Amino acid sequence: MLNTAITIATTLVCISLILNLWRLFKGPSRPDRILALDTMYINSIALIILFGIASGTALYFEAALLIAMLGFVSTAAMCKYILRGDLIE
Amino acid sequence: MNLLWVVLLPLIGTLVPLLTERFGRNVCAFSVALLPAWSLILVLMHVGEIFDGEAIRQTIEWIPSMGLDLSFRLDGLSLLFLLLILGIGLLIILYARYYLSDKDSMGQFYAYLILFMSAMVGIVISNNMIQLWMFWELTSISSFLLISFWSHKPDARKGARMALTVTGTGGLALLAGLLLLGNIVGSYDLDTVLASGDLIRAHAAYPIALVLVLLGAFTKSAQFPFHFWLPHAMAAPTPVSAYLHSATMVKAGIFLLCRFYPALAGTDLWFMIVSLTGLITLLLGAYIALFKHDLKGLLAYSTISHLGLITLLLGLNSDLAAVAAVFHIINHATFKASLFMAAGIIDHETGSRDMRKLNGLMKYMPHTATLAIVAALSMAGVPLLNGFLSKEMFFAETLDQSMLGSLSWMIPLLATVGAAFSVAYSLRFIHDVFFNGEPIDLPKTPHEPPRYMKVPVEILVALCLAVGIFPAYLVGDLLHAAAFSVLANDVPMHSLSIWHGFNIPLFMSFLAMVGGITIYYNRRHLFEFQAQFNEPDAKYIFEGAVQSLIKFTQRIMATLENGSLQRYVFLMLLFTLVMSAYPLFELTQNAGSRPQLPIDGVAITAALLLIISAIATVIWHRRRFLSLIYLSVVGLIVSLAFAKFSAPDLALTQLSVEIVTIILLLLALYFLPQSTQKESSNRRLSIDLTVSALIGCVIGTICFAMLTTPLNSISDFFIANSKTGGGGTNVVNVILVDFRGFDTLGEITVLGIAALGIFKLIAKMRIYVPTRDDKGRPWTKDRHPLMLAMVSQSLLPLALLVSVYIFLRGHNLPGGGFIAGLITSVAIIQQYVANGVLWIKPRIKVDYQWLIASGILMATATGLGSWIFDKPFLSTWFDHFHLPWVGEFELASAMIFDLGVYLTVVGAVLLILANLGKLTTSERVDNKENV
Repeated sequence: MLNTAITIATTLVCISLILNLWRLFKGPSRPDRILALDTMYINSIALIILFGIASGTALYFEAALLIAMLGFVSTAAMCKYILRGDLIE
Repeated sequence: MNLLWVVLLPLIGTLVPLLTERFGRNVCAFSVALLPAWSLILVLMHVGEIFDGEAIRQTIEWIPSMGLDLSFRLDGLSLLFLLLILGIGLLIILYARYYLSDKDSMGQFYAYLILFMSAMVGIVISNNMIQLWMFWELTSISSFLLISFWSHKPDARKGARMALTVTGTGGLALLAGLLLLGNIVGSYDLDTVLASGDLIRAHAAYPIALVLVLLGAFTKSAQFPFHFWLPHAMAAPTPVSAYLHSATMVKAGIFLLCRFYPALAGTDLWFMIVSLTGLITLLLGAYIALFKHDLKGLLAYSTISHLGLITLLLGLNSDLAAVAAVFHIINHATFKASLFMAAGIIDHETGSRDMRKLNGLMKYMPHTATLAIVAALSMAGVPLLNGFLSKEMFFAETLDQSMLGSLSWMIPLLATVGAAFSVAYSLRFIHDVFFNGEPIDLPKTPHEPPRYMKVPVEILVALCLAVGIFPAYLVGDLLHAAAFSVLANDVPMHSLSIWHGFNIPLFMSFLAMVGGITIYYNRRHLFEFQAQFNEPDAKYIFEGAVQSLIKFTQRIMATLENGSLQRYVFLMLLFTLVMSAYPLFELTQNAGSRPQLPIDGVAITAALLLIISAIATVIWHRRRFLSLIYLSVVGLIVSLAFAKFSAPDLALTQLSVEIVTIILLLLALYFLPQSTQKESSNRRLSIDLTVSALIGCVIGTICFAMLTTPLNSISDFFIANSKTGGGGTNVVNVILVDFRGFDTLGEITVLGIAALGIFKLIAKMRIYVPTRDDKGRPWTKDRHPLMLAMVSQSLLPLALLVSVYIFLRGHNLPGGGFIAGLITSVAIIQQYVANGVLWIKPRIKVDYQWLIASGILMATATGLGSWIFDKPFLSTWFDHFHLPWVGEFELASAMIFDLGVYLTVVGAVLLILANLGKLTTSERVDNKENV
């Protein structure tokens, strides 16, 4: 039961990752692309967690935690760049 | 006796003048003399043992694990040279006290002089060839400093540079020669090398080793064709010339010949090179000396000539000749040092060294004149003076050889000619300077120098006389001991007396006297003859040679390194391709026996994403921001791959490095054009594409072959020893802080240095700050959006908590100081982004440079700490403890080391990013408007 659920979930996450990439290419504006990247971060978290559940180990959760935290920083930095050009002022 | 102190005392003495300079000239000179005098007393205490034929040795362990010892030996030859170096050195210290003017820095001068003295002492008492060479180089460097002491004079600078280049090049040749000798014998120990003369002479590499060692000796002792540097070194203050260029430095080459005499001499090759070089130098020096109008120039060429004489004697391969050579070393040092000092006095008191102006000084300075005349007569080889004795021995030896076959008679003849010129220039020195009418417009009215300035000259001249009259009584034992160590066996019978009866050498002396007087009497014709030749100035030739060498190397540099980064990468990849593709041709099958992992949908998706975004990065590389976003995708997928293939440590590191890199690139991108023009031609593009595609194929093949072949990697060792030896179950972290702790220490040091370098580079840098974005829209007015500021602030404690967690568990589970440091710095950078520099300033009062320093110090101190417990550097200690509530936990010294890593990483990242960001804080126009 769990295996089936994980397989379905993983497939969906993979599809959404590909769609993210498509959005990243298509744009058309910079915020679109940044948002696509940010969504990729989120989908990666899902992928890692799913992988952790499937292999029954908590070892990968830190990676997910880090992506969650640092992905935000990365997205925020890119937005700041568009708005002000200068990250640290 | 502690031989180490003989060299150590003067070495310590180098600092003395710098400390005592402020207490006045007398105190300074006196204090400078103390340590060398002490050293001399140490040496003198052992004269008895040396005269009995003993050699004193001492070896001190220095780096025993590498077989490096400090090794000293005091034998007759060392004793002779030590007496010259320290004895004449002390006289020079007294002399320089009066010679130096108020404008010269006395402390600096004495410090250089004593440094040189220590180096010379080191050469003569070393019992290890590499140690000897080290001191040898030190003499080159310290003599450079001494010659260029009056560095405001271009002559001094040029002369010093020339001397350093020539003697330094010779030093390199000598090193090669000594290494070769060490290789032949199997030891760098001088005792062993000297005892294996037969082995060396029979070895196939003997000619090469001999030529290399001789190059070192000849450059140092100003032998033809390397003699040209010595006259230009006369730009030095006269005490330096008197010390270096008469008694010590130029004698270092002679010392080397004497020292290696038992190991290298005795072959035809030795005879041909050494004696012929000596003969040419003897004649050339004596001839040119006559035409020099400069007092010191005359003495310099005369020194070259006398050094040639000693070299010639050593080259004759006869035991008695070697004795004569050693004797002449003593005599030349005494009369030449006194002559240089007299020349210095004359220069000092008249303001000129030009012999065309200096005339009739006998009337003005009778005392100095008498001393100089006696010394010059000794130089000419007049009986009852020491120069006569060694010259007689020299003549006798030139007669007693038959190495040139039927042409052997030429050597005594040429020796007599050389001696005649020697008489002629000595006469010129005496007659031109002290008689010959009145002085011609001298800058100063000549008068006697201060009383004590003459004392060193008096002592040396008295020695010339005393040795000349009672040779056997005064220097017989010393000469015997020195000759004993040169020959390394029994010294042949020789008689040190003035009168040997009417014989050929006496007749040759007589001929030389008459010849010399005749030459001097007819000097006008000779001068006219010589004036026809356009004498080349060695300075211009040398400078020309140096300049063309520089031009040549610059041309090579310009061809190889033209500044195009594309070209460097292209060449590097091309070379990699050639080197790595070749072995692949040999490999018939690249798929190994390891089973391949099953392919699933996630892997395919990730690979697809990775490939597409990597290609996109390249395609859109001219639109920089877009390219950066694609690059982020690449980084993300790579971290996912690390996580998937059981490398959680790498995944965590990759993720954090990724973010720091993106922030760094964004910071830099602000100052750069947002898009670039197409710069490469299509042809160039196709070449580059081909090369990179080929590289990709080759690397891919290698990876595939590596991954499918079962290999025994070193990881088994680490996995087995991680828990038992390092106390942690996370092998990656244990490798970082324990197995390879020393590497990590080096890496964080490099990181710290790089951060400081970047900080220094970007400090006060003024750069273009765009006021609009690439579409021409003005920047938004909202500098620090409230939402972002609030979210970031609440993120900070969370992020710090995560980094503490990652740090603490790092030893046993994925994590560690490096990742924790990156997380902390990213969290702080986020505060900079969200709230700005002015907001951070009062809140984080940590100096990042200080943070880096304390991190590195902490890591180093942890490593050093293991020394206290008598363990090797960076040994780990760990144990398990139990606390109520907390439970059992482990403490390891590696954690302190890891903390050092953490601090360094935080400091380095923040120092770079925050300072790059701060560049604009005061620059931005719209900032000032808003504030």
